[in-house]
Amino acid sequence: MRHRRTTRAIATAVALGSALVLATGCGVTRGDESRDLTMLIPNSPGGGYDQTGRAAVAVMENGDITGGSFEVTNVIGAGGSVAMTRLMNAKGDERTLMTAGLGVVGSLYSFGAPYALDDATPLAQLIEDQEGVLVPADSPFQTIDDLVEAWQEDPDSVVVGGGSSPGGPDHLFPMQLASAVDVDPRELRYVPYDGGGPLTSALLGDKIDVGFSGVGEFEGQLSSGELRLLAVSGEERLKGEGISDAPTLTEAGIDLVFTNWRGVFAPPGISEERRDELIAMLEEMHDTPEWQQALEDNGWIDEFKTGDDFAQFLREQDERVATTLEDLELL
Amino acid sequence: MDNLSLLMDGFGAVLTPQNLLFACIGVLLGTFVGVLPGIGPAMAVALLLPVTYGLDPIGAFIMFAGIYYGGMYGGSTTSILLNTPGESASVMTALEGNLMARAGRASQALATAAIGSFIAGTIGTLLVVFFAPALASVAVEIGAPSYFALMVLAMIMVTSVLGGSPLRGFIALFLGLTIGLVGLDLNTGQPRLSFDQPLLADRIDVVVVAVGIFALGEALWVAAHLRRSPLHVIPVGRPWMDRADLRRSWGPWLRGTAYGFPFGALPAGGAEIPTFLSYLTEKRIAKRKGVDEFGKGAIEGVAGPEAANNASAAGTFVPLLALGLPVTATSAVMLAALQGYGIEPGPGLMTDQPELVWALLASLLIGNALLLVLNLPLAPVWAKLLRIPRPQLYAGILFFAALGAYAANLQAFDLFLLVLLGLLGLAMRRFGLPVLPLILGVILGPLMEFRLREAMAISGGEVAGLWSEPLAVVIYVVVALAVIAPLVLRRVRPAPAAVAEDLDIPAVEEEKVR
Repeated sequence: MRHRRTTRAIATAVALGSALVLATGCGVTRGDESRDLTMLIPNSPGGGYDQTGRAAVAVMENGDITGGSFEVTNVIGAGGSVAMTRLMNAKGDERTLMTAGLGVVGSLYSFGAPYALDDATPLAQLIEDQEGVLVPADSPFQTIDDLVEAWQEDPDSVVVGGGSSPGGPDHLFPMQLASAVDVDPRELRYVPYDGGGPLTSALLGDKIDVGFSGVGEFEGQLSSGELRLLAVSGEERLKGEGISDAPTLTEAGIDLVFTNWRGVFAPPGISEERRDELIAMLEEMHDTPEWQQALEDNGWIDEFKTGDDFAQFLREQDERVATTLEDLELL
Repeated sequence: MDNLSLLMDGFGAVLTPQNLLFACIGVLLGTFVGVLPGIGPAMAVALLLPVTYGLDPIGAFIMFAGIYYGGMYGGSTTSILLNTPGESASVMTALEGNLMARAGRASQALATAAIGSFIAGTIGTLLVVFFAPALASVAVEIGAPSYFALMVLAMIMVTSVLGGSPLRGFIALFLGLTIGLVGLDLNTGQPRLSFDQPLLADRIDVVVVAVGIFALGEALWVAAHLRRSPLHVIPVGRPWMDRADLRRSWGPWLRGTAYGFPFGALPAGGAEIPTFLSYLTEKRIAKRKGVDEFGKGAIEGVAGPEAANNASAAGTFVPLLALGLPVTATSAVMLAALQGYGIEPGPGLMTDQPELVWALLASLLIGNALLLVLNLPLAPVWAKLLRIPRPQLYAGILFFAALGAYAANLQAFDLFLLVLLGLLGLAMRRFGLPVLPLILGVILGPLMEFRLREAMAISGGEVAGLWSEPLAVVIYVVVALAVIAPLVLRRVRPAPAAVAEDLDIPAVEEEKVR
């Protein structure tokens, strides 16, 4: 709840800030106004979608890729379902975009939304983020195999935690990992925490045995050796002190690649030409050095897919999330 | 006292005329933005943070410290004057503070809040200076079972503010608990009481509830009686605190600090519980002394919670600096700010970048002192705001209440909720239901449930998990004593009549004031 209040605080701050900018007449309008676009962000400023969406918007504006300016709107609520509803209602609107990702896929199920992400017009996947398996320094688990063994012996003996509620990435990851090593995910003892901060303090205080979360938030504790990274979830190892030693799951002999991803969508029912035009803009953005810099600054992995490839990927993701939640009897 | 000399070095680096100017600007900006209703310190800091970019780190720190304290204090100002708390931590300040303001003692309420904030902030920051690393390692050991025990203690304490009629008090409390239930269950993702409204699935913001019940409900109540009741002019009070005010304030300031700091230093402590405990303690002490003005605008009820709030805020620097853990909204914004200045909070911070840390702590102390210097003279000026004629004043309150409720989430839906809750507030006043238990239910209910679920999830459903931590056991013993002792005492010697008419209800008292 605290985390949510924070982001909400920032949301208001940004909104008021932009109002101040408008009021003082410093708003910058470039080029043809008919080329202006709106970018919907499905959570609060400062969150993951916001960072990715705003980074993309900044690169496109600075490079004058769209020929107009952007209005970024944070549509907060129901884990992204509210923003998704707005996007679906904007059917045929060729000037609205939305940033979304894996968390929204889960939320659409949790909130029983009548549509999935690929019912909108998928444009491009922009980035990928890896999840990590974290333990306190004095944990008996030295490798991911130790955890798997303990799980296979008695899943209920290991208390695991993550920074998201059911359906979110930090929840889906341990569940899918359990399935991949033939452990019934329903047997897992999962404790949801309200974001990375509370999860860290639970790990440091030995309240839980294993934490599952995005690696980026734990760099300080990993480099100081207070937490240990057993494995990362992506296809390649990550860089960094205390981080580069951690194998990928595949290297450790577990057949699972799990990534948190984010991409850009347009409303349903836009013309084929407009879709291709928007995809071309995103491709142009992706090729700029500024975007590459943004990837590096944020520790995002460059995983760019467009159009039909992205749509295909989405269907797979959707199915996987649905299967996981069904296995857990949460649907 | 190695730390002391390091702190002095910090002062040396920070104290230049230019930096003091930055600090003054920061305090004023922070106060003016924080004074907008619905904007708590977290928002004020987030909003003004960009102002500090482009300064050198030390200059940025000190301006930031000014903004931070200014924002905190600005939030209390609106709570006291307009009864529109910007965050759950100021709800307790609003209770007695607004009553004082309406009795013509707004200046004194604002002054005791400013001085209390200063004292609590200074003691708190000094405690951070000397004990942060040691406290931080102890604090992470405290987990869900202990927090749950604390919530049980707080719930037991709530019964003492139920008011003259326990039935009405419990009705209000359960209304609050019900409102607190609305939304998605964090553990299973199931929506509760959300009536298929995605916007309700996100829980109802405490700020919207407090503003709706306090400010809107009150305004509607006043409007409903406008013709019948004689025009009540807010008396013009004295501009300054007198000796009696000071004598009544210093105890609450120190006790509030003692409550606030440890809670702030806990990773999940927060400011709600200590402000609430401070309020209750002061109420009890006042009652024992026989000068119970609670419900009519007691200065102790502002001084204590306000000090607890600020000490808790200072305490949050313990996990923030020593562990890199942001535990409140404000400290999460602060973490982002520190990272922007090139400080990477975490276990190695105190040893890796000592000069920056000491400069930051020195800046906080200076910002706090400047807040007092700049804002104490402003208290009578703010207080004049209440001289606005009543229709215009309440129209203004309604406008700012709506702005505050909207600003929390930027959802028009919250305005609808606000009106609904305002009507509930009016109905509660009409039927003599106390509003305080409702607000406490909304604040404490979800916290309590969350901790219980976490403790049970960790223990795998074993009830014994609830007393698996020593601190939890200690608290349960205290709870048991608090519940059993009065029962035993009552049996041993019959209660005097005074016990029967327990603590008064602010809502009902307000009528008498008017």
